[in-house]
Amino acid sequence: MNAQPRFFAPLARLLHWLMALMIIAMLFIGAGLAASVSERHEWLIHLHKPLGIAILALVIVRLAVRFSTRQPPLPGDLPRWQVLAAKASHWLLYALMLVLPLLGWAMISAAGDPVMLSHSVQLPALVSANAPLFAVLRKAHGYLAYVLFFTVLLHLAAALFHGLIRRDGVLQSMTGTQD
Amino acid sequence: MVDHSSPPRPPLSTASLAIRLACIGGVVAAVAGAFAYVNGTFDPQRLQPKTLVNALETNNGIHPGFRRNHAKGVCVAGYFESSAEARAYSSAQVFNAARTPLIGRFALPSGNPYAPDSSVPIRSFAVQFSQANGQQWRTGMNSMPVFPVGTPEAFYQLLKAGAPDPATGKPNPANMPAFFAAHPEAAPFLAWVKTAKPSASYATETYNGINAFFLVGADGKRQAVRWAVVAQSQDAVGDTAPAGSDFLEKDLVQRLASGPLRWQLNLTLANPGDPLDDASKPWIGEHKILNAGTLVLQSSQAQADGDCRDINFDPLILPSGIEASNDPLLAARSAAYASSYLRRAAEVSPLHRTPQESKP
Repeated sequence: MNAQPRFFAPLARLLHWLMALMIIAMLFIGAGLAASVSERHEWLIHLHKPLGIAILALVIVRLAVRFSTRQPPLPGDLPRWQVLAAKASHWLLYALMLVLPLLGWAMISAAGDPVMLSHSVQLPALVSANAPLFAVLRKAHGYLAYVLFFTVLLHLAAALFHGLIRRDGVLQSMTGTQD
Repeated sequence: MVDHSSPPRPPLSTASLAIRLACIGGVVAAVAGAFAYVNGTFDPQRLQPKTLVNALETNNGIHPGFRRNHAKGVCVAGYFESSAEARAYSSAQVFNAARTPLIGRFALPSGNPYAPDSSVPIRSFAVQFSQANGQQWRTGMNSMPVFPVGTPEAFYQLLKAGAPDPATGKPNPANMPAFFAAHPEAAPFLAWVKTAKPSASYATETYNGINAFFLVGADGKRQAVRWAVVAQSQDAVGDTAPAGSDFLEKDLVQRLASGPLRWQLNLTLANPGDPLDDASKPWIGEHKILNAGTLVLQSSQAQADGDCRDINFDPLILPSGIEASNDPLLAARSAAYASSYLRRAAEVSPLHRTPQESKP
């Protein structure tokens, strides 16, 4: 029987840290543009759309990597509620990474607006124009972004808890450091 | 199952545990705090899209389903026929294809959907050009040549000056003169208002884009412009508005019944030194004006069910070949329109009932 891996696969680690940066940037960009009427609003929205599509593409790659590589197991002495919380929060993170860009793309489509990633790059509409649907999708995009932000905060706190308090190798399994 | 258990660690002292927990708390608090800073939680004074839309609702009341500004209007449809004149300046398909279909909307510049047509001398015209390549050009134009103010902050102050006093339910009559005294940039607008009369028809007006944009050619060269559509129906210019409060839509329907209505799309090229970031300032002196083509309207629809109802005429929805200037009003319009659009999009069904209820 093969020994369990201590670390996530190098590609999985690369995707994790790259997407961590992109998603945190994305959450701040989204919160900033929604709360601004200045020129910031415009240039942030021009960052938000292509970055969102990049996250959507990367999360699909990431899920493929997740299912095709072996994950280091959680420590055997981790309390059961923490095991459940870890698993649930990871699947919630994956789901939100996938759903938020799709909601953004769909809401622009539902508003009847061309889905422009730049001055000339256009994506097809994901749904046909429908104003009441736009309102639902736009609100879901905003609320779920907050859910993602709080889940990311929880994930960050839990990672530091493993690294600083439990010192059980869980944080290292993603940083790739040997302690 | 045997885990790769890490080697046993010495237990942390109480002090070390406290410090480490504080570190974790500090990191989480710093990230959450930065987020709250960005989303405006710590800054209630920040001008946000909702601040502007709330101010419009305060001044006009909330009318579910209607736009929060320019609430009373009518949908129109037709096409744009391009001339060759703009092709050297812009690669946008709208200037290069022979015909581009369009949906438009004429309106009054108030958030009150029941405002009498003669209550203001300003009329507005918003247009969505739908290019064959899927890109769109949306523009909201007004019959005044300049905007009263040049910044979103000043516009917000203008809205506040028009806010009803809670004691009387009417704006304090001293507020507006005080606002204009404090905002000398409004002089060109005020000079225009003095001569302006409410027109009897949407069809005889010139509508100005007011904000500056850039035309971008296939060679990447950028030319700053302001645009306007000039009515080719000049028959009734100078007619004073008739009695009654809803004559504009009737007049439009009547005119369209006897044939299409036409406007010429003029692109005024900026001279060096013309302000590109201040819509309160006119461009003075000789300017080269391109006749980019003719806008032809063929039909109208009531806005409650019309094709224009669900369009957000966001001035930053632009095709490749037209780009925004750094006029701060453009970003503010885009942001505030999005907020208004979200509110009314969630309320579309009441729009069908309200007009009947409003009839005296």
